[in-house]
Amino acid sequence: MITLKVNGVSYGVDVPDEMPILWVLRDVLGLTGTKFGCAAAQCGACMVHLDGDGIRSCVTPVARAADREIVTIEGLNDAIGRSVQAAWEEVDVPQCGYCQSGQIMAATILLRENPAPTDDDINHAMSGNICRCGTYKRIRAAIHLAAKT
Amino acid sequence: MMEEILNFNRREFFRSSAILTTGLLVPFYSFGGKKFETAPDPSTLAPNSYLRIGTDGHVKVLLSRCELGQGIWTALPMLIAEELDADWRRVSAEHAPAAIEYYHTMYDTQRTGGSTSVVSEFDRYRKAGATARYLLVQAAAARYKTDMASCRTENGVVLVGGRKIAYGDLVQDAAKLTPPTDVPLKDPSAWKLIGKSTKRLDTPDKCNGKAIFGLDVRQPDALVAAVARNLIEGSKVKSYDREKALAIPGVKEVVPIPQGVAVLADNFWTARRGRDALNVQWDLGEYASLSSEGIWADYRSRADKGGIVAVEAGDVDKTLASAAKVVSVEYYQPFIAHAPMEPLNATVRLGSSKCEVWTGTQTQTDDQNAAAEITGLPKEQVFIHTVFLGGSFGRRNITRSDFVREAVEVAKASGKTVKTVWTREDDIQGGRYRPAFLHRFKVGLDKEGRPIAWKQVSVGQSVMTGGPFEKVAVINGVDQYSIEGMQQAVHVKALENKKIEVNTTVLPIGIDNWRAVGLSHTIFAMESLSDEMAHAAGKDPLDYRLMLYRDEPRLAGVLSLVKEKSGWGKTMPKGRGLGVAAFKGMGSFAALVADVTVNGKELKVHKFTCVVDCGIAVNPDGILAQVESSVGHGLSATLYSEVTLKDGKVLQHNFYDYKSLRIEEMPEVEIHIVPSREKPGGIGEAAVGQVMPAVTNAIYAATGKRIRSLPVYSNL
Ligand code: FES
Ligand code: FES
Repeated sequence: MITLKVNGVSYGVDVPDEMPILWVLRDVLGLTGTKFGCAAAQCGACMVHLDGDGIRSCVTPVARAADREIVTIEGLNDAIGRSVQAAWEEVDVPQCGYCQSGQIMAATILLRENPAPTDDDINHAMSGNICRCGTYKRIRAAIHLAAKT
Repeated sequence: MMEEILNFNRREFFRSSAILTTGLLVPFYSFGGKKFETAPDPSTLAPNSYLRIGTDGHVKVLLSRCELGQGIWTALPMLIAEELDADWRRVSAEHAPAAIEYYHTMYDTQRTGGSTSVVSEFDRYRKAGATARYLLVQAAAARYKTDMASCRTENGVVLVGGRKIAYGDLVQDAAKLTPPTDVPLKDPSAWKLIGKSTKRLDTPDKCNGKAIFGLDVRQPDALVAAVARNLIEGSKVKSYDREKALAIPGVKEVVPIPQGVAVLADNFWTARRGRDALNVQWDLGEYASLSSEGIWADYRSRADKGGIVAVEAGDVDKTLASAAKVVSVEYYQPFIAHAPMEPLNATVRLGSSKCEVWTGTQTQTDDQNAAAEITGLPKEQVFIHTVFLGGSFGRRNITRSDFVREAVEVAKASGKTVKTVWTREDDIQGGRYRPAFLHRFKVGLDKEGRPIAWKQVSVGQSVMTGGPFEKVAVINGVDQYSIEGMQQAVHVKALENKKIEVNTTVLPIGIDNWRAVGLSHTIFAMESLSDEMAHAAGKDPLDYRLMLYRDEPRLAGVLSLVKEKSGWGKTMPKGRGLGVAAFKGMGSFAALVADVTVNGKELKVHKFTCVVDCGIAVNPDGILAQVESSVGHGLSATLYSEVTLKDGKVLQHNFYDYKSLRIEEMPEVEIHIVPSREKPGGIGEAAVGQVMPAVTNAIYAATGKRIRSLPVYSNL
């Protein structure tokens, strides 16, 4: 039994230690906002925050999260996270929307560490998040907008 | 016949085979005497199948098409809200069930594709809104004993004299009235919503994790299945280790199905481990040595032999012999996978009298038919619950409903409610690709550089053969989509001496619609060729096109504007160049200019300047988004996408070797929409095919190197 704290709620889960956090969230806890895109640390769709760091939950074993704090898109409610979501809405970033949970989680980390990122900073921080719909132009615009607010 | 072929046009073409016509309102839930799921809540106003108005004034729009990112979740409600004079803040959307009243107005099936959602619903949805408005006004006029002409509507209220009556208050009265058979529509000058950039209704839920995609569907009784399948059609399972899979804790079942072997477990991670443990051995039969090299060698020899004549006029060989110059070129384009961000999946619950399917699909009717065929249930007992599609690019618009069919087979074989989930590797290696194509040309030019003779052979698989559109799309053995837009191009149409042949190949590799269908490869060939013709003629490539396309005024129009906006003709630093591509498709016209720098094997795409003319722009910001997406998604295909084979196996696996554009590679995109009162054209696919030749033409301008095979990075 592993004890996890997700979005402020504690859960005891009875799963193998090596099961990736992604599948514990999605298939065990029913938190489906975190997405599966590649399961190979390539696309960023599965990004969540673990004790405030952005991680790829598809390749992070659940044991690594024992007694630590996970925040998913469903629980993203700090001021920076909310400003990112608001900017995403203002710019109307999503198309299919499937990558956007991961994009928003990644952008939130960026803005926490760097309140006024340049285009290069954005490239660097967001390069791990693929958007097959090609919404990159708006992702960039939304990050700049969130930085201003 | 010749005239008919020459006049081939996607829309006209399908209309001839359609049973429903644009604008006809099918009364709700009684079609053909059968009751469908769409029987409305009796407390709502439901004058037709496309909207419901509650006593609280809320307007719910039922979408006949699916939302896969293209924005119809917003554009179709806008059409209804415009005519209804609804309060936009109280409008919401949901996917309609699978039912005949939601069949496409141009295709005889419920299907999203061909960039036709706004095009085909433009009249039907506006009429649906106008009908509801008529009833509300009639109810208000009756209540206040006045005539309808003295009532006005705005923002969800009827204005009668000095009174404002909310729509919700009129719903019960209006529901008792008989809907009119025909209603007038607003004059475009009165539009308040159409033509105004409107925020997407699905954005908030796509930013907070609430939007439900197929993969997010959770049925309490469902197991998750991973299926071992093989790309090569007709391949057979030789052996697998059932016990080893069952030995993994959490694996519940292992069942053979026609597609391969399915492993069912409590969660996907376990199901996938179980599937890996199966170690399935396949018999690929005669295709065990199938390779990309062999396929291309075969395609070249087929091009030498020629094929079925699609078009022939005059004496092309004689004219070629007398031409001042002959441009002799061939273009290669590989198999490409769609790689939508959300891996494929479907959830199926199969009972003795009904089958329910939850998935993101573009083909509800085909899915119903597939499930009915497998289960033996009547089609009406197959219920398709469409949820958001995490991208598609055509992968969920599949002729034979492959992933739904497979999920129904697993449910049937296991007797369990199941959710099948594909891995990314399954997706990249799972076929239904954009077919590989070779287009070979010999074009004769006169002294001024104008084309006078056109000889072409195109070699590749037919997308439409075996599908629902075969009858209309395959004419005398030629799939018109293999050469989509080529013979209809204005400069080809006008030629007196030409011969276009198509050699259709048959391979055991599933192919299907990929964003822009035939145009996803024909535009690269056509617009590379126009560039090569211009250079052979010693002309500026953009001015040359203006000359070539002058009798297609809207195409010439977008070209002229892109010339102005892109700074065409300015002096560029060494290694930097501009490339243009312009084409019509999906009822729209798009001209794109790429600005690139080449440094050895490195390429930087700085900017795309895009001009589109798609007729009436219903939601201009949605159109901008689609053109941005065309550049982003099209550039992935241009630079990276390629599925190659060796020994019957695909060599690519995941995003590390089937690469996708990343944010640092996204160019600046400047877009201009030509103001127009023409009827709407499609936009989701109208500017994709141009991306590829715009880039390679720019590379040529920058370096003098002509790229005739895609993707760019394998050939730079
Ligand atoms: S699903 Fe984790 S990085 Fe792609
Ligand atoms: S919005 Fe579709 S993948 Fe990003």
